[in-house]
Amino acid sequence: MIGFIVKRFINYAILSAIATLSAYVLASLILNPAGRYLGRNPRPSDETINAILNGLGVNPHTPVVERLWTWLVNLVTHGSLGDTIHNTSVISEMTARAGTSLRLLILGTIIAAIVGVVIGVWGAVRQYKFSDQAISYASFTVLATPSFVLGILLMIVATFVNSTLGIQLINFTGEYTAGLDGGWWVHFWDRAAHLLLPTISLALMGAAGYSRYQRSAMLDVLSADYIRTARSKGRTRGSALVRHGVRVALIPMSTYFAYSFATVLAGAAVTELVFSWHGMGEMLVQAITQSDINAFTGAILFNAILVLIAGTLSDVVYAALDPRVRV
Amino acid sequence: MTDSTRQTNEATRHTHARGKRGDTPPDTAGHLLEVRNLSVTFPQPGGAVTAVRGVNYHVDKGEFLGIVGESGSGKSVSSLAVMGLLPSSAQVGGDILFEGRSLLGRSDRELSRLRGEGISIIFQDPLSALTPVYTIGTQIAEALQLHDKKLSKLAANGRAVELLKVVGIPNPERRAQAFPHEFSGGMRQRAMIAIAIANNPRLIIADEPTTALDVTIQAQILEVLQKAKDLTGAAVVLITHDLGVVAGNADRIAVMYAGRIVETGTVEEVFRAPSMPYTIGLLRSMPSLATAGHTRLVPLEGRPPQLANLGPGCPFAPRCPVAVDACLITEPPLTPIAGNELNAAACLRVGEIASGALNRAKLYPVPEPVALEERAKVAPASVLGVDGLVRHFPLTRGTVFKHTIGTVRAVDGVSFDLKSGQTLGLVGESGCGKSTTIMEILELARPQAGRITVNGRDVAAMGGKERRGLRRDIQVVFQDPMASLDPRLPIQDIVAEPLTVHGVPAKERLTKVREVLELVGLDPSMASRYPHEFSGGQRQRIGIARALVTDPKILVLDEPVSALDVSIQAGVINLLEDLQEKLGLSYLFVAHDLAVVRQIADTVAVMYLGRIVECGPSEDIFDNPRHPYTLALLSAVPVPDPALERSRRRIILEGELPSPTEDISGCNFRARCPLYQLIDAEGQEKCRTLDPARRQVAGSSVACHHAEHLDLMTDHHAPKTLRSGG
Repeated sequence: MIGFIVKRFINYAILSAIATLSAYVLASLILNPAGRYLGRNPRPSDETINAILNGLGVNPHTPVVERLWTWLVNLVTHGSLGDTIHNTSVISEMTARAGTSLRLLILGTIIAAIVGVVIGVWGAVRQYKFSDQAISYASFTVLATPSFVLGILLMIVATFVNSTLGIQLINFTGEYTAGLDGGWWVHFWDRAAHLLLPTISLALMGAAGYSRYQRSAMLDVLSADYIRTARSKGRTRGSALVRHGVRVALIPMSTYFAYSFATVLAGAAVTELVFSWHGMGEMLVQAITQSDINAFTGAILFNAILVLIAGTLSDVVYAALDPRVRV
Repeated sequence: MTDSTRQTNEATRHTHARGKRGDTPPDTAGHLLEVRNLSVTFPQPGGAVTAVRGVNYHVDKGEFLGIVGESGSGKSVSSLAVMGLLPSSAQVGGDILFEGRSLLGRSDRELSRLRGEGISIIFQDPLSALTPVYTIGTQIAEALQLHDKKLSKLAANGRAVELLKVVGIPNPERRAQAFPHEFSGGMRQRAMIAIAIANNPRLIIADEPTTALDVTIQAQILEVLQKAKDLTGAAVVLITHDLGVVAGNADRIAVMYAGRIVETGTVEEVFRAPSMPYTIGLLRSMPSLATAGHTRLVPLEGRPPQLANLGPGCPFAPRCPVAVDACLITEPPLTPIAGNELNAAACLRVGEIASGALNRAKLYPVPEPVALEERAKVAPASVLGVDGLVRHFPLTRGTVFKHTIGTVRAVDGVSFDLKSGQTLGLVGESGCGKSTTIMEILELARPQAGRITVNGRDVAAMGGKERRGLRRDIQVVFQDPMASLDPRLPIQDIVAEPLTVHGVPAKERLTKVREVLELVGLDPSMASRYPHEFSGGQRQRIGIARALVTDPKILVLDEPVSALDVSIQAGVINLLEDLQEKLGLSYLFVAHDLAVVRQIADTVAVMYLGRIVECGPSEDIFDNPRHPYTLALLSAVPVPDPALERSRRRIILEGELPSPTEDISGCNFRARCPLYQLIDAEGQEKCRTLDPARRQVAGSSVACHHAEHLDLMTDHHAPKTLRSGG
């Protein structure tokens, strides 16, 4: 079993490397880093621009393969992912931002998973009854709402709450209040107050999606013969559904959870922008708008690593949940 | 209104109605379970379906009641109603009394205390009836702990191991740690029985417990069930479609049709003197191992009624040969025969049948055999020869670097010969290689080893064109008539498809399709309908029509009737027999039902683990088997005749079919062979070291060293009791 997991991990690692390299090539072919300097007034000379671009290793006159090679050698020998166009190193940029994003992502995903599973199971058990219909319509509405709209709606609600209560209970700009005085406890509350809305925003989107999958997985299980067997042993319907049903219905979900954790990053980018969080999502979006090849590749690498971890985790969880796949 | 209150209201309404009529005594003394006027209705968008319509029966302590019926007769629904396991949308009426207390209208929580402790149930499909993610031991221990909160986990696990031992699972300590997918079908069913008897229930309901299993395993499971009954002293309600299964086990039986009990009585009464035309027809239409082959089967024409819109009158009337006008007006109640309350039949003419005014044996017209002038003349020749056919599958490991770690010997040297105009029956348990053998033949390609000859031509030496031409001569009918027909094509396209492949012009195709539809007894005007508009039996006729459309000489029939209801089977078997006579076809008939094979086959080949262990003329094999496996297989088949069934000594094969990956030296049946245990040391040595080749013994060719000493088994082999080891 350990051998199997290791094998899968190596597989994912190779895939991550390929994804990152492809991202580099793709970005190099599409993004035009020189454009940023051409519009300046006074326009810098071609030599200056070339020098800057060469310094960053993104000069389009150098063949892509050669730039890729330099980038790789740099990564292997110096452990460097190159510099951003703001002359900070990509690695330092990423370390500053990764924590912010991960806090949001992990919290959001866990809450989304729990809520999604619970309302998914609930909806399946009460299929076609009012509560199921209500959950279905609500989750479709959330799924159909773009994440920035959702973020702004939440802000409006928060403003309303704040003004009704007359105190600044919920904060929704940035990660923390700058220049706040006070002890550890005060800082903790401040951060929690800032975290609330973006987490709700992410969790809502996630839970809406999960609940649909969980509902259909649970519906498959509901009519299963082993639920009937469990009841024939003397379990009540509810207890049979929880002990025998949910346990089996979680198996297909583990894969979905793991991979959506990685893909939430895309959704998180918008959420981060809306709530002015400086996370990896923002970095990815800015890298594209500013034609920053190195930063873009760094952001993709971060995403690839998330997929790598999530994939391995899903294999472990799947094997833990389902004895039939253990070897 | 909640479901439970609806149930209660329904229940009280019925009780009141009955109270006014006062036709049943309220006394329940002595009855363990009493079902009174039970009705179950499923509301559906297209109108409510009443699956059970007024069923009355009772079970006494320690009694064995058999409930027999075809699919859709309401037998399973009525037992689920007793357990309180129907979907919440079902409306249950009447009353169910267990130990004198009403079960209807009780909450799920109250019922759950009774389930498993007072009444337990064994379900049909052991594959899906156990939760895949918990070990067998855990699932048994769970049943124990649910009803004994003080029981420690350790004690429960210990008791679970004991229970596994009781139901005959070898190495129970180790096997308790296994998951359901690591158990075979028979073992899972044993585990199910262990769960059912865990709390010493007073009543065990067994809902088709052996339907999904092979005959040898079925015999084992029925034996375990009897043992469980003896151990716990519980009453048993056995629900089945197989009259043979109840014949040897039950004390009383109830026959259900269209949601009602139409006949009830002791096993002797019902089998010896059936009084309801349906029961008579069912018994006549079933091929029985004792009588098959000598008489023509008497089919029950028509199909069971749709329960959604049942008209007035007897639901069996449209299929009944002795129906009178009155039958179409009122539905007859269960009427006692000869004043005996416990032996009753729901038929207006029950008096005439019981008194003999209507002769039971002549009730159904015996179909005429094909007239002599219609029979095709066939010159005796070999049409299909298989010699030393081998099909091994490599077992591989690894995704990148594949390496072989073993071999599945699916077919391991099979030889037989099919004569023109004859039927060769290929029988054996599931996993013995029957299907692989016919797939190899149908492929018409060079086999891994051995030779396949069709009409004397070796298929390995053929070119592509010749092979394609040959496919017109050899066609196949599949098991499942539902799955083997494309639901999106009208049946004329389905039937014409083989002709399309062979490039027959459209006009010719159409006339040919109408011709074969007529031949298989379907109205050609139905040609533009879709498969779902036909019943199971009709669909199988479509399958046969598709096979016949190319005018083949050989028909490969892969379990053609096993998916059909008993009353439908006979019609299809008769059709196959008639077609053979008329068209001079040769059949390769693959089946696990030995009675069906005896009915239709001229020659029989018995397969075990990829080999044919015995092959010979049908009468020789069935009347005088020479291989211990054939003998055991035949003794495992239940016969629908209670006297015969009870006097028979059954040879129970221990264990299950070994994995075909195992490398077994000597005889591969040795591990399960009852004869091996009876033979002297010298003989055993021979079995261990020498692989027996087939040799001629009496009428058949047998692969056993000691075929001459087979009488040892019948003389000394007392019915085996269950063994925990093996």
